Amino acid sequence: MRTFRMGGVHPADKKISKDAAIERLPLPKTVYISMGQHLGAPAEPCVAVGDKVKVGQLIANPTGFVSAPVHSSVSGTVKSIEMVKDLAGKPGKAVVIDVEGDEWMEDIDRSQDIVREIKLEKKEIVDRIKACGVVGLGGATFPTNVKLSPPPTATPTCVIINGAECEPYLTSDYRVMMEMPEQVLIGGTILMKALGVDKCYIGIEENKPEAIKKLKALAPQYKGVEIVTLKKKYPQGGEKQLIDAVIGKKVPSMGLPVDTGAVVQNVGTAFAVYEAVQKNKPLFEGIMTVTGDCLEHQRNFLHRVGTPLSFIMEYSGGVPEKASKLISGGPMMGKAIVNVDAPTLKGTSSILYLTEAQTKRKAESNCIRCGKCVSACPMGLEPYLLNKLGRASRFDELEEHHVYDCIECGCCSFTCPAFIPLLDTIRQSKAAVMKIMKSRPKK
Amino acid sequence: MNTTIIFTIATLAILGLLLAIVLYIVAQKFKVEEDPRIDTVESLLPGANCGGCGKAGCRAFAEAAVKEGLGSIHCPVGGNPVMQKIAEALGQTIEAKDPQVAVVRCSGSCDKRKKTTVYDGLATCATIASLYGGDTDCRFGCLGRGDCEAVCKFDAIKINPKTGLPEVDEEKCTACGACTKACPKQIIELRNKGPKGRRVYVACRNQDKGAVARKACLAACIGCGKCAKTCPFEAITVENFLAYIDYTKCRMCRKCVVECPTGAIHEVNFPPRPAAVKPAAPAAPAAAKPVAEPQEKKVEIPVEKKD
Amino acid sequence: MNTLIVSPSPHVHGKDNTRRLMGDVIIALLPAVLVSIWFFGLSAIHLVCVSVLACVVFEYLIQKFLLKGKSTVGDLSAVVTGVLLALNLPVCSPWWLIVIGALVAIGIAKMTFGGLGQNLFNPALVARVVLLVSFPVLMTGTAFHAPETGYLFGNGDFASAALDATSGATPLGFVKEQLAKGVAMEEIMANPGLSYTQLLFANMGGSAGEFSAVVLILGFIYLLCRRVIKPWISLSILLTVFVFAGALYLGDSSKYLDPVFHVLNGGLLLGAFFMATDYVTSPMTTKGQVIFGIGIGVITVLIRTFGAYPEGVSFAILIMNSTVPLLNKFQPKRFAKEAQKK
Repeated sequence: MRTFRMGGVHPADKKISKDAAIERLPLPKTVYISMGQHLGAPAEPCVAVGDKVKVGQLIANPTGFVSAPVHSSVSGTVKSIEMVKDLAGKPGKAVVIDVEGDEWMEDIDRSQDIVREIKLEKKEIVDRIKACGVVGLGGATFPTNVKLSPPPTATPTCVIINGAECEPYLTSDYRVMMEMPEQVLIGGTILMKALGVDKCYIGIEENKPEAIKKLKALAPQYKGVEIVTLKKKYPQGGEKQLIDAVIGKKVPSMGLPVDTGAVVQNVGTAFAVYEAVQKNKPLFEGIMTVTGDCLEHQRNFLHRVGTPLSFIMEYSGGVPEKASKLISGGPMMGKAIVNVDAPTLKGTSSILYLTEAQTKRKAESNCIRCGKCVSACPMGLEPYLLNKLGRASRFDELEEHHVYDCIECGCCSFTCPAFIPLLDTIRQSKAAVMKIMKSRPKK
Repeated sequence: MNTTIIFTIATLAILGLLLAIVLYIVAQKFKVEEDPRIDTVESLLPGANCGGCGKAGCRAFAEAAVKEGLGSIHCPVGGNPVMQKIAEALGQTIEAKDPQVAVVRCSGSCDKRKKTTVYDGLATCATIASLYGGDTDCRFGCLGRGDCEAVCKFDAIKINPKTGLPEVDEEKCTACGACTKACPKQIIELRNKGPKGRRVYVACRNQDKGAVARKACLAACIGCGKCAKTCPFEAITVENFLAYIDYTKCRMCRKCVVECPTGAIHEVNFPPRPAAVKPAAPAAPAAAKPVAEPQEKKVEIPVEKKD
Repeated sequence: MNTLIVSPSPHVHGKDNTRRLMGDVIIALLPAVLVSIWFFGLSAIHLVCVSVLACVVFEYLIQKFLLKGKSTVGDLSAVVTGVLLALNLPVCSPWWLIVIGALVAIGIAKMTFGGLGQNLFNPALVARVVLLVSFPVLMTGTAFHAPETGYLFGNGDFASAALDATSGATPLGFVKEQLAKGVAMEEIMANPGLSYTQLLFANMGGSAGEFSAVVLILGFIYLLCRRVIKPWISLSILLTVFVFAGALYLGDSSKYLDPVFHVLNGGLLLGAFFMATDYVTSPMTTKGQVIFGIGIGVITVLIRTFGAYPEGVSFAILIMNSTVPLLNKFQPKRFAKEAQKK
């Protein structure tokens, strides 16, 4: 069984919501569609207050190469274009739409039939993906069409579909593989065609045997697609780790993943690509998990982008009494929710409830130099040292010790027996060092 | 026996001599010609190497002073007396600069600004600021983790555990500006010390609309603009629902302090006012509540108009 | 709804904490302690109790009155030092010797540097070496005889018989003594007290912890299973000693001890499993750890074979401890280097 070669930790699995089928979430009264739902420059609204919009209608244009358009997720009237606070309480531009009925754009194929034949040509596929606003749904929300247009220096050789879902609790990718296996496989085939490669690996961790079985049974119908079972280890879903695990190549430091020939896309993204290319449906829906040990009913939802988190929380039974920390994303890399009224984004993958006992950090004690952080680091860094250097703001030495390689997976903080918040300091130092490096004149 | 002693002394003496010659040759060969005035200037500087002048340290300042002149650089720590001495040493003349001091522009102490979340990560302001607005509803206010205290080389700024806000020791503060750069919320500003150390300033950075700001913090500037209307010298501007007093224009009449409904405008080092003028006015901390409550309704109206 | 907790990721923590790791080390040392008690009865209990108690009390007092910090007794590191110190002392050590040892270990070797995690040298070993130099008679040779009162319980008879067999000295000391007298190696090894079975299960001479190789190996396996330590340091020490001593033995078997004897003897196992692997005083990276282990192995054999002392493990570990800051300069292997520009 394959896995990445360095470091990693084994947090408890906790896939308690894995058997909950995907439910369609009802429409809220108002949606708040953020313009900054992707990595890169925020989109610019192209509708005015009072305009009537339909489901799937373009409401904002991209403003740069690394940017993506935004589509309406509901039908109704544009109420306002204003600053709306995101889940961290930071204001950002958003289009607010009052929901009226559920009228879709006519050119979207809403049938349940699976369209297997790929009619579009290479260039058309990339353009369609771009027009539909598809972004990476594995966490970084990087515009997919950019990934499909590699720089001329790199030659892609294969597509890797990320079904590792190595974060504890999250099950949205798993549900996609269970309920839409064929669509994922077709999505993979489309991605192969878009890149002009003939190999597609789907990497799935061993703790999802049903999904592996299901996809393995269907895979032979799709030429070039191979299902790869991976050992369960965090952070297997990290792009660099996944490429190492699946094809055994390492992304060079400061390099692009495609330098190894592999283009990685998430399972959810593959599904979104299928819908965009085969069904002409823009990305305005997402699959998310609502879970937590203190939550009575574990759920997986299909949500419309822009739905307030508080609406979803209420619909799924309210915030559990014991919950003290709300997280969007997984417990290792997710973001703590500060503002429960924040809207969902394209990349929102979960609401996770943690109790104080599960999440409250213990008081920091002396470093005992056990070296556990060094062996846990998947990038071969020395977190204990970076922490020390970071606290002393010794940026030149931090750079010598490759702090910029850090992928912020949190393995070091997770494993530290002295409860030192290693990643907190390293993240700060990394940002400072990257800033210094960027300000340097290029040779 | 004797020969041993003689040999020892002789060997050591010759060895010492040889090494001295080597050292001399090396010192001559690698001698760096430096302007002796750099040393002179450096000896006049405070030697704190704080970087407040924008140079890497006192030596770098001295080099710049000798090479480029004193036109564009100033040692905030040594202040005018030191700068005058350096100017004399270099045979230049310079204008005296007004002495400055760091001013904390937030009055959201624990009793005025409720904590709305529990922050549980690394206790530095920079970490919190990179994560979210802060553990109160005011996303412009002081985070209270003391990044300013940590960078201060003069022990002049300290977080008061009671208010959760930093306090500047005017005697110790040299206006080097390290804290203004360390604060991720740009709360600390260097302002002129003013005559007899008297200053009037807006102790708030909140740029939210009045109602939002008010809800987050009782001492917030709500941008009502009363101070700007009152000011006879046009020293006060209101932008983004936040008043700012230009210290070059302010003439210390203190009318705005009396007018401010939330006590966001602070006055320091003034003698106590005669009791007849207005009972609630002197200095902000104690006065905020009794002033704020009855006037609240009056305040909201101008804000609504602005929307 | 509760007031929300907010922090940067990660939001969960693994099971490891300092107390649990130290607890595991104590559990791993328990078999050795129990075997000691089985043979020596009350004397062994007395030794362990005094040592642990003294270490904990010293740590508490120093932390409270000198360093003026929060009590660190709860992390159990003082208990580990106490047990290790006990296993490094002769069973019949007088109480004051143990207390001096504890003071040196905790007071000088650990707290002077700033407490847990800050010390350069292994506290228990510093104490052992200080005592060895200061009280050579009590620490070696005759002290291994039964106290005049006799063992209060435990299998004293068995112990005395074995002790007589090795003339009261440690096996290594005995061998060295005999070699110095000019006795041939084969003759020496014919001594029944030096058989391998004896060494594996109950090697009488030496400190409390050098007692039985089997129980030490058991403890080591426990630590590995619980992932408390990695095997590299221990294995590289044992392998180096075996190879180096083996080479000497092949060269001249009448003058040099055979390698198996070296490995099983003189606290090498205790040192390799429990002392050299001390987190604080060992390197962080695998590469550093292997070099550290090889260094200890070579120095041990050198001291044992050519030095004045019959034992070399303690000195070897302390010497290598001092190289740890340097060995930590070895950076671990990076995930990948920067791409080479074409």
